[in-house]
Amino acid sequence: MSSVESTDVLVVGSGFGGAIVAYHLAAGGARVVMLERGPWLETGEFEHDFKLGSSYTRIFDFVVGDGMSVLGGNCVGGGSVVYFAAMPRAPRFVFERRGSIARRMWPAAISRDTLDPWYDRVAESIPITQQGWQDVSYSGGLWAAACNHAGRTANPVPAAVDTAKCVNCNWMMAGCRFDAKQSLLLNYLPAALAHGAEIRPLHEVQNIERTGDGGYRVHYQLVDDEDYRVTTGSGTIDAKIVVLAAGAAATPVILQRSEATLGPMPYAVGRYFSGNGERLNTAVLNEERVREVLGLEHGDGLAYAANQIGKGPTVANWDRLDGSLPEYSRYSLEQLYFPPGLGTILALTAGSDPTWFGLDKKEMLRRWRSWLIIFQMIEDDNEGVFGPPPERGNADRLSQQMLGIGRLSYKPTANTQAAWAMADAEVKDILERDGLATVTPWTNDLVGAYTVHPLASCRIGDDPHTSALDDRHELRGHPGIFVTDGSAVPGALTVNPAMTISALAERAVPGIVRAARERGVEVVYGAPAPDGSTSGRRGAARLAEALLSR
Amino acid sequence: MTLEAFADTIIPGVKRSPEDRAVAGVSPDGGAVAAGAIELLEWDATGVTDGLDGYAGGLNRHALTLAAERGLALDESVPPFVALSFDERTALVGSLTAPGHPEKSLWVSLALFCNMAYDSAAHTHTAEAIAAGHPGLTAMGVTAPDADGLWRFPSYSYGRPLADLHPDTTPTGSPA
Ligand SMILES: Cc1cc2nc3c(=O)[nH]c(=O)nc-3n(C[C@H](O)[C@H](O)[C@H](O)COP(=O)(O)OP(=O)(O)OC[C@H]3O[C@@H](n4cnc5c(N)ncnc54)[C@H](O)[C@@H]3O)c2cc1C
Repeated sequence: MSSVESTDVLVVGSGFGGAIVAYHLAAGGARVVMLERGPWLETGEFEHDFKLGSSYTRIFDFVVGDGMSVLGGNCVGGGSVVYFAAMPRAPRFVFERRGSIARRMWPAAISRDTLDPWYDRVAESIPITQQGWQDVSYSGGLWAAACNHAGRTANPVPAAVDTAKCVNCNWMMAGCRFDAKQSLLLNYLPAALAHGAEIRPLHEVQNIERTGDGGYRVHYQLVDDEDYRVTTGSGTIDAKIVVLAAGAAATPVILQRSEATLGPMPYAVGRYFSGNGERLNTAVLNEERVREVLGLEHGDGLAYAANQIGKGPTVANWDRLDGSLPEYSRYSLEQLYFPPGLGTILALTAGSDPTWFGLDKKEMLRRWRSWLIIFQMIEDDNEGVFGPPPERGNADRLSQQMLGIGRLSYKPTANTQAAWAMADAEVKDILERDGLATVTPWTNDLVGAYTVHPLASCRIGDDPHTSALDDRHELRGHPGIFVTDGSAVPGALTVNPAMTISALAERAVPGIVRAARERGVEVVYGAPAPDGSTSGRRGAARLAEALLSR
Repeated sequence: MTLEAFADTIIPGVKRSPEDRAVAGVSPDGGAVAAGAIELLEWDATGVTDGLDGYAGGLNRHALTLAAERGLALDESVPPFVALSFDERTALVGSLTAPGHPEKSLWVSLALFCNMAYDSAAHTHTAEAIAAGHPGLTAMGVTAPDADGLWRFPSYSYGRPLADLHPDTTPTGSPA
């Protein structure tokens, strides 16, 4: 009799990729345990506070790499708790991308048409609202008006925000205190718990080994709930199926560390990382010109001066999302809010050196209320590569919370740099017209490029040389291990990725159910949406059937 | 004193007294030092606290090298970095944080916390910092929260269409 703990399905990470799979497997009858390295906070614990140690630093993660820093969630609910909830679907051309491998990088089985039913399942499960102009924040409205003035279109962005509850506090990164943001804490995760899944916070998975019976043993360390540099114990759990969903900055690191026990990993594990082509520009608006040129004004005689107000991104320009344009010249330009704390250091003055610190920077900060941040998502070249893993987790933790040093190296190629330059020039063209603003890109010289959208570091594909997973998300050469988070997405999407990550996770479930059944787990596929709705299930039924029987 | 001079180079401020040597005094109101940069750096939650003596020593060594290169005679009654003029401090910090400098990441993380002290008062509860007139949050115009410590903005939208939608938008609002 051994005291080894065991379960049917072990899920690593509780963000989109983890929560969705955990819900369906638990609802289908499997025993499911989720291990999450971060803490478990409830709505009342989300604070409006920049003090270190408040919810903002407890649930947020900032890993500095060589040429790329990654920001993400570190809590039960993962990125869904800290994210800005923009949930657009990826445009059709994205699935035809060739990227750095000179042939289609998505599996032949996936196109916008075959993913749409899975997108529908997500939209039914995480209430996504099509925002109207009355929901758009001042900064979104300003961006729309500037786009219009420059002869462009602009769209309110669909968002997982209940606008009736939203108070436009712009504290989304610290967790939503008002349950307006429809994070996973409000849908998939409670539904998974209701079906008997367990969530264990402050459990950081380190590596995986094989057990004698074709299953896996997962090793974790217990993390101190205040000082994440400290571990307080360790343990293992055996499982028939392991689902890795630790995020694209962490999943490949767990697999690299497991190579010693599991044997060689596919070449694409820890390669082809994409930052979703992300880059930010800061515009400092001339309030008088905003009034004169755009005719904008709100209470107190203000034209704009409303950087602090809103709910993250509300309006995007999609004119360049045109499949007839060449690859690396298609991108979206989305208005965004990035709070102080991390959101000012990389902004540059338009003057002479030094541009990121010093006297001129202080003057720029004095005009913070008139800042407008524009977020570019271009097509990058999947040029990120992970070095050998650190001692634990995916970073050497520097601060008690949030800040660590990871092993990701990212040297932007000429394609990526040219796409950024093109997008920079367009933002400048739109916002500097008629003296509206002064625009500068954030610097890549301090912490490299940066992304809140890590992708593709363990991706799906048809070609075993350039993809770590088959099109059912199973790790090549390691049956029973699946990856369902952002690392599975083949490349940059030109829009925010959570909707696509979620749709792929929904699509991966039938294959995981099938693998679990083959390993003797009594589980069925076919749960409704977490709230019991069934139209999404109906829409995807035929596709699910095909995946179940492959 | 050396670290104060570094913080003052990142976000410069007004001298606290006529005798203030660390703060160069090139700006008319409080900068990173007045914002609490040293308090933040000395809080071990940042992860840089243990290394602060090393940081100060390093800055002073680099200052001596710079002085030697430029033939500057430094006032020996204060640490070498403090003895530099504001422009010289700025040039030195610029080179220490430039791409390719072997110690770049150390100096960037020190600068990050100095900036954070100013732009978000990360050593204090935000609402208390605003109530106390924190120089950074005040200068940036960060508004005060409601009485329960939470921010709400009842007015948030121009409330009218401000551009045409992209012609290829799906009924649910996504790109086609
Ligand atoms: C500030 C911010 C704003 C964003 N806004 C948007 C937006 O508006 N729209 C959009 O589409 N996307 C947005 N994103 C991105 C979005 O949050 C991510 O793409 C998404 O969360 C990724 O999902 P995932 O399943 O890959 O991983 P995650 O959601 O990151 O979940 C991974 C989980 O695994 C945990 N974990 C990591 N390592 C381990 C380990 N070793 N053991 C156990 N657990 C581990 C992590 O703590 C985390 O909870 C934003 C991100 C940030 C940071």
